[in-house]
Amino acid sequence: MTILLHRKTAVLVQGITGKIGSFHAKEMMDYGTNVVGGVTPGKGGASEHGVPVFDTMKEAVEKTGATASIVFVPPPFAADSIMEAADSGIRTCVAITDGIPAQDMIKVKRYMRRYRAENRMCLIGPNCAGIISPSKALLGIMPGNIYLSGHVGIVGRSGTLGYEAAAQMKELGIGVSTSVGIGGDPINGSSFKDILELFEADPETHAVVMIGEIGGPQEAEAAEYIRDHMKKPVIAYVAGLSAPKGRKMGHAGAIISAFGESASEKVEILREVGVAIAPTPAEIGITAQRVLKAA
Amino acid sequence: MDIHEYQAKEILAKFGVPIPKGALAYSPEQAAYRAREIGGKLWVVKAQVHTGGRGKAGGVKLCRDEDEVTDAADELLGKKLVTHQSGPAGKIVYRLYVEGGVAIARELYLGFVLDRKSERIMVVASAAGGMEIEDIAEEKPDSIVRISVEPAVGMQAFQARELAFALGLAPAQTQQAVSTILGCYRAFEELDATMVEINPLIVTEDGSIMALDAKMTFDDNALFRHPAIAELRDKSQEDARETRANDRGLSYVGLSGNIGCIVNGAGLAMATMDMIKLAGGEPANFLDIGGGATPERVAKAFKLVTSDANVEAILVNIFAGINRCDWVAEGVVQALEKNPVKVPVIVRLAGTHVEEGRRILARSGLPIIRANTLAEAAQRAVIAWKNDKSADLKVVNA
Repeated sequence: MTILLHRKTAVLVQGITGKIGSFHAKEMMDYGTNVVGGVTPGKGGASEHGVPVFDTMKEAVEKTGATASIVFVPPPFAADSIMEAADSGIRTCVAITDGIPAQDMIKVKRYMRRYRAENRMCLIGPNCAGIISPSKALLGIMPGNIYLSGHVGIVGRSGTLGYEAAAQMKELGIGVSTSVGIGGDPINGSSFKDILELFEADPETHAVVMIGEIGGPQEAEAAEYIRDHMKKPVIAYVAGLSAPKGRKMGHAGAIISAFGESASEKVEILREVGVAIAPTPAEIGITAQRVLKAA
Repeated sequence: MDIHEYQAKEILAKFGVPIPKGALAYSPEQAAYRAREIGGKLWVVKAQVHTGGRGKAGGVKLCRDEDEVTDAADELLGKKLVTHQSGPAGKIVYRLYVEGGVAIARELYLGFVLDRKSERIMVVASAAGGMEIEDIAEEKPDSIVRISVEPAVGMQAFQARELAFALGLAPAQTQQAVSTILGCYRAFEELDATMVEINPLIVTEDGSIMALDAKMTFDDNALFRHPAIAELRDKSQEDARETRANDRGLSYVGLSGNIGCIVNGAGLAMATMDMIKLAGGEPANFLDIGGGATPERVAKAFKLVTSDANVEAILVNIFAGINRCDWVAEGVVQALEKNPVKVPVIVRLAGTHVEEGRRILARSGLPIIRANTLAEAAQRAVIAWKNDKSADLKVVNA
């Protein structure tokens, strides 16, 4: 088992006829993802990489039976596309787009609450690398070759730092069940806690590597969940130890603006609930190895 | 994006927020003229800089006649204002706002923020205005009232009334307070702000409500739909290098260390800085050149990082995902051949086509110090920086 994304998950690509959407649709297909179609309003009836293009998500879901989608729509229209996905019955939606206005994301989150929890779409991102279940399927933009298939879940905000962790783990022969990038925006679809819950419930995931960064309350919220509900070991690294207060470090959400939002404070909060802390970003793999051996 | 106090006040006034009479000045003569236009017997000359803590740093001057206004303006214009929030580099004063003095009976605090926990717009108010919200939270936490706004319907009048009563305003002031609070909210919501702060919001001696100071910050991601706001950007208040970088699609933050960083991805860039620090060095900057890392971007990044005179070594750390290490390596070689740098350059490549990338670096004959892992890269960068301050460079083979 994996979380969110399996070998057979039927995927739609929103914005499939755009340059970036088309490129990654092909990459995902080559990795083995079951891409069944795409949506670009006004381009319905066309085909891209051999799969049909539809005008609306509703039609696409109806005709293909897709349960997941990935959004490569430019920022001004991305929130609209995410809501369209939620309304079409999609279960898992990954939003890759970087640069969506924060108030658009407030509206998206509010809109999604109109569905009962059991019918509600799981949104990953925006501004993220997506999801990969190694040697099964890719619903994102990660380089597939750096992941070994296995039993450790990865959840992080950053794309390339997630690659760094996966590469370190592969070097040590540690495989990944699923890796989820939750994105660097201040308001995002799924939090660390949301993904930790899924990993805790997944029998094939034996431990979780969590890669946090400065800014926002989500690492602290995750710590509470780990303390109260998690039985599987968690390894964590928090980026931004050397980041100054009040400065935005690349990600829209990576800014220390309140108490408890600095890297050292987050590390302390996580350490207190028994999380194994990787002291440096170069020791994420080794720390995971140590924890797995002890378990 | 930050804007100036006077710009925030102009915007808020359009949303019905009462502000004192005031006008902008670029010279002492103009300041005196503005004071005469405004009238009265008391004026405040305020430095317009993108930082808080102006008052304590001497950026706000109370004047009792036109001569004092002229002198205050003369002193402030061109001055570098260093406040506890501005950082040691400070902010240069190019614009002044001259405002009519107001007799203050009470000072309150009113702020609007994007609350990441509730994922809503949150209104924060306190009867203890005039001091910074961090200090209020520390010293008088009980005075802080918070209201969160339901995004589907927006802020309601009853919520503004609740705030007004919680602030202890007299019944006669409630209506004015409600329209002020709702005005700020509408400005926040309609213009995609991420922060609106009125500190202090005052009750004057004759009982009216007024915004004595105003700060607004806007969501960079939403500026595309607010061209009039985007035009308010004042590049003189930004770090010149950061502005240049951002205009070229690079995300750069200048810091005070000596090891320049060129990295793809924000998280990896932060981790690289951390690693340098742990290895005993200090990063000179945060720089994310984006997931693409094309040769052009790498070349731009080198130019940018070397424009910082403090940089005594450069660490390039690229984890190629979608792009390829051989392309990045070509970019590094091209950039260094075209514009040789005088400081040691350490390059760590990982990911797609890494072997080919390393071969290209080795074949180039350039004095590039190569590293295979993140830890190695940081250690070599710190060693190179300590040993070798622009003397002969030796090729260290990884």
